[in-house]
Amino acid sequence: MTTHEHDTIYDDSAPSPGLDPSLPGADPYGASVDDGAEGATVLSASGGDWNDLVDEATALHEERIVVNMGPQHPSTHGVLRLILELDGETVTEARAGIGYLHTGIEKNMEFRTWTQGVTFCTRMDYLMPMFQEAAYCLGIEKLLGITDQIPERASVIRVMMMELTRVSSHLICLGTGGMELGATTVMTVGFRERERILRVIEAITGLRMNNAYIRPGGVAQDVPHGAVDMIREVVGELRRGIGELEKLLNENPILKGRTVGVGYLDLTGCIALGITGPVLRSTGLPHDLRKTDPYCGYETYDFEVITRTGCDAYDRLRNRIDEMYESLRIIEQTLDRLQRTEGQPVMVEDKKIAWPAQLAIGGDGQGNSLDHIREIMGTSMEALIHHFKLVTEGFRVPPGQAYVAIESAKGELGCHVVSDGGTRPYRAHFRDPSFNNLQAVAAMCEGGQVADVIVAVASIDPVMGGVDR
Amino acid sequence: MSDENRTDDSDVQPVPDPEVDSEQTRTDDDPEDAAAAHSANIARWQDLSEEELEPVQVGERRGMFGATRGQDTSGYGGLVTPTLFPGASPRPYGSYFDEVADALGTALTESVGYHDAVERVVVDRGEMTLFVAREHLLAVARALRDDPALRFEMCMGVSGVHFPGEAGRELHAVHHLISVTHGGRRLRLEVTCPDDDPHVPSVVEVWPGADWHERETWDMFGIVFDGHPALTRILMPDDWPGHPQRKDYPLGGIPVEYKGGTVPPPDERRAYT
Repeated sequence: MTTHEHDTIYDDSAPSPGLDPSLPGADPYGASVDDGAEGATVLSASGGDWNDLVDEATALHEERIVVNMGPQHPSTHGVLRLILELDGETVTEARAGIGYLHTGIEKNMEFRTWTQGVTFCTRMDYLMPMFQEAAYCLGIEKLLGITDQIPERASVIRVMMMELTRVSSHLICLGTGGMELGATTVMTVGFRERERILRVIEAITGLRMNNAYIRPGGVAQDVPHGAVDMIREVVGELRRGIGELEKLLNENPILKGRTVGVGYLDLTGCIALGITGPVLRSTGLPHDLRKTDPYCGYETYDFEVITRTGCDAYDRLRNRIDEMYESLRIIEQTLDRLQRTEGQPVMVEDKKIAWPAQLAIGGDGQGNSLDHIREIMGTSMEALIHHFKLVTEGFRVPPGQAYVAIESAKGELGCHVVSDGGTRPYRAHFRDPSFNNLQAVAAMCEGGQVADVIVAVASIDPVMGGVDR
Repeated sequence: MSDENRTDDSDVQPVPDPEVDSEQTRTDDDPEDAAAAHSANIARWQDLSEEELEPVQVGERRGMFGATRGQDTSGYGGLVTPTLFPGASPRPYGSYFDEVADALGTALTESVGYHDAVERVVVDRGEMTLFVAREHLLAVARALRDDPALRFEMCMGVSGVHFPGEAGRELHAVHHLISVTHGGRRLRLEVTCPDDDPHVPSVVEVWPGADWHERETWDMFGIVFDGHPALTRILMPDDWPGHPQRKDYPLGGIPVEYKGGTVPPPDERRAYT
């Protein structure tokens, strides 16, 4: 919590409650004698006694205090660490510390085939897996030069999955944001509605999260029978649910009191810091990559870019609610196209890239296509070799680099893929919107109250899985 | 769906604020005019030599199947294939790329000069990459951000790539820019530096948003961004040795036993890269 001279000396005559006094040094987590002998750096993360802290603050005759909020604080969205310098209740300096969820996904992807990479990148921002998958696959397709060959149905499914994910991501943002303000009902409503989307996603991909559904060349699996009707029903339910959320939030005096004018960041600030997504659109700039730089056929869908001009947490929240309605509009348009393209392929024709077979319903609910197994095991040796080569070795991607950016729920999600001509990514870098947008914490929070920090961070909607990767 | 429910609309100013953004305060930065002014410069572009048009070798691959740990029994182990990246592109580049190059040329005439600053222009897969000499990066960055005909006002990120086989240019720092003013134009700046002098100027003073991205690139590749306000590790712990995303840094991992068999860690498995 703070540094003072007695940090690493544990001879307190009165140990803090909770520590076993029979243990040597009174602090079981403190540095041991051996650590010092090896000359290793000893980093002690234990805090001091609160009374010492108060005494110190009193001796200095000032209210200034440095507080570590997180990384285990429930209202900082996962393992985000905020280092706040406080003067009374006012935040004079705010810094964000990240890296607590770094898992080396980008490095790991360099040791798997291009297709296996999807399984990794989907785990980055775990609340919007489809966007990472889509950005990565679009990048690979650009490197391969097959962007034009992606079948229409695959693009339609991609758009539908991305928009479903956008709605679910926004629902989490509102839900957890509400919870952080103390409004549990907002959370329960948000999660209840998200559950409907997860059920749809599970019906289509087999998994609720970490789907690895969008693959280089198309999607892993066509939507199952009955999915269109199911989604149509869910869209109606979502409209009602979001309406409920809107009634709960939009004119709620407590919510407005806590969010209007809070977390202010204007257009100049957003541009300077590279902020995109709902935060940028809350300053009045209608920048949406689905319109300015369409991918997956977004230019053929009818939807609006939502903007507001308040530059504050309230407008970001309202933007997200309205964006959900726009997403539902897009989903409905994709459903019509899904019905029209029934039976068309969902993978590129090129057999050197397309996964050899789709899954089929087996005795255990889902499994390998028996027809395909019969073909490769019983009739065609070449098909077996092809299957084996493609699945174990993967396909080669011509050398070069590509950067693909898509409009994710949180802003511009960029994927920079570099190939050296091999079957594995030479480098896959993700420009995660949360990572970039968290830089705005200082600009949004300084000068405000401690309680406003929570609101400002919630309005950025960072997900640490994506920030740290 | 709309703002009609808001009661406090009266005190919300539309952006841009009409009081500070009027005809008098606006500078003359009509992109159309600026583009027309630049079009006269096309004649002075030099022709590229045959050598410059050749693909650039950034490394090499050995063998037919990529197995590198003595398990290649294919007999193709002696094959050496160069890894060739696209070389400089001849004019015209197509799309908006010519316009960007012309505008940048004019913007750099007074300061450092286009041909000194931009080593190579590569247009590949519909994307334009400017290879910028590192000593001129800041001048180029400022011109790209401030010139009315360019206006790349956002830097979306800095990413690093490590090519151990490209002597003298092992480390690449790759900046991705976007111009919202010009309808989402994109441009990539690539700066290289050798392994034994890993210094690249920081662009934080031009694009403050590059702050964390440069810290990440330092953390992962060990590229020192000179002039960065606080170049510290961001993802790895502060006392971490090495830079994990470099190609000479092992992935690590332990063998995993599963149903009697042992699966080696990913970087020790037989692979077909």
